[in-house]
Amino acid sequence: MCPQSAIPEVPPLVGLADEPPAWPWLVGTGAGLLAWGLIYSQLVPASNWAADLLPLAPGSRMAEAARFFLYDAPKVLLLLTLVVFGMGVVRSFFSPERTRAMLAGRREGVGNVLAASLGVVTPFCSCSAVPLFIGFVSAGVPLGVTFSFLIAAPMVNEIALGLLFALVGWQVALLYLGVGLGVAISAGWVIGRLHLEHWLEAWVRDLRTGAAALPPVALTVADRVRAGLEAMRDIVGRVWPWMLAGIAAGALIHGFVPTGALASIMGAESWWSVPAAVAVGIPMYSNAAGIVPVVEALLGKGAALGTVLAFMMAVTALSLPEMIILRKVLTLRLIAVFVGVVGIGIVAVGYLFNALPL
Amino acid sequence: MKDVKVLGSGCKRCEQTAAMLEQEAARLGVTIRLEKVTDYAAIAAWGIASTPGIVVDGKVVHAGGLPKLDAIAGWLG
Repeated sequence: MCPQSAIPEVPPLVGLADEPPAWPWLVGTGAGLLAWGLIYSQLVPASNWAADLLPLAPGSRMAEAARFFLYDAPKVLLLLTLVVFGMGVVRSFFSPERTRAMLAGRREGVGNVLAASLGVVTPFCSCSAVPLFIGFVSAGVPLGVTFSFLIAAPMVNEIALGLLFALVGWQVALLYLGVGLGVAISAGWVIGRLHLEHWLEAWVRDLRTGAAALPPVALTVADRVRAGLEAMRDIVGRVWPWMLAGIAAGALIHGFVPTGALASIMGAESWWSVPAAVAVGIPMYSNAAGIVPVVEALLGKGAALGTVLAFMMAVTALSLPEMIILRKVLTLRLIAVFVGVVGIGIVAVGYLFNALPL
Repeated sequence: MKDVKVLGSGCKRCEQTAAMLEQEAARLGVTIRLEKVTDYAAIAAWGIASTPGIVVDGKVVHAGGLPKLDAIAGWLG
């Protein structure tokens, strides 16, 4: 999977001696995509072949679960690889510093919408949530606008959207994008209206540093393709255990839970299912790669869409480890408000979609 | 003698960045004094929003993600 090796040596173009030519990278990307398509088209026969090799009685529950796993695991892995590569290229056009410059001094409202949208495409890792938070707030990005970014970034990301699109369907992926942005925008707006700046940790409140002037970086096509490959190696390398665990859980649900069994506990009729799904989702730490295969399986067994979406949003947007990291800059009271406001937004989304005749 | 700071709270990439800087400096024969800034307030004071950040002789030259080797050579050279 390394296009570099397939690229022939080419003499540098006159006048562009220090800029690598773009075409080998474009050709390499094209060849990679072609190979991807070929492998993907062989998934069904290959997984059936592998499932038949297993010493399991055909039609038994375990055989069903194994068949599901053997098909889903390579499929999700392939889709994840493609989505992460594409998003890595897209993200090379954005940076937290540039996003901050776009958000600094924005009024609430417009600022919240912009922040949530940029949260989807700006490279973000929860390990740098604290520098990002301080960097935003100290450079004049309003608190509520900063929160819109911080809510959208982990919740509405390429992995969630790409996998929902691939496993559940484009309608649900689009819905997730819409309501995810909606929750991030409105929760950030509410937090902004509450004027809780005095609930930041004191040292953060007093920090007024402004933004560093970074030298401009001109990225070439080669740099962007490389950024995609690097994202692929980094993210796929990091999330694959979650993904396999999620698919295994999904496969067990698929094979062992009778169809419709979840309708009574996770269906639209039981009013408590949505808040319960959110409450269960908060302490669960996983990422979208692990949760989407479970979502797919739950939907297949009669769980209501609103309940399942609420569960997924609670797992991705309200994670305990991130709150522990943010505790360095936020007081407990502010964290509680953050969880409360986002949680209420997610519950509202759950009820809304359970009420809709979909 | 170049004064180089790596801004980052001990994440894996910050360690990698520091190692890259040291290697590249050794390769180029440039002596550097490398300092790791891990305190959040001190990092924020440099005005960056993503880590690792790199400061060379009091100027921020990089923020977010691993730097490119040829860029490092440019900063140290």
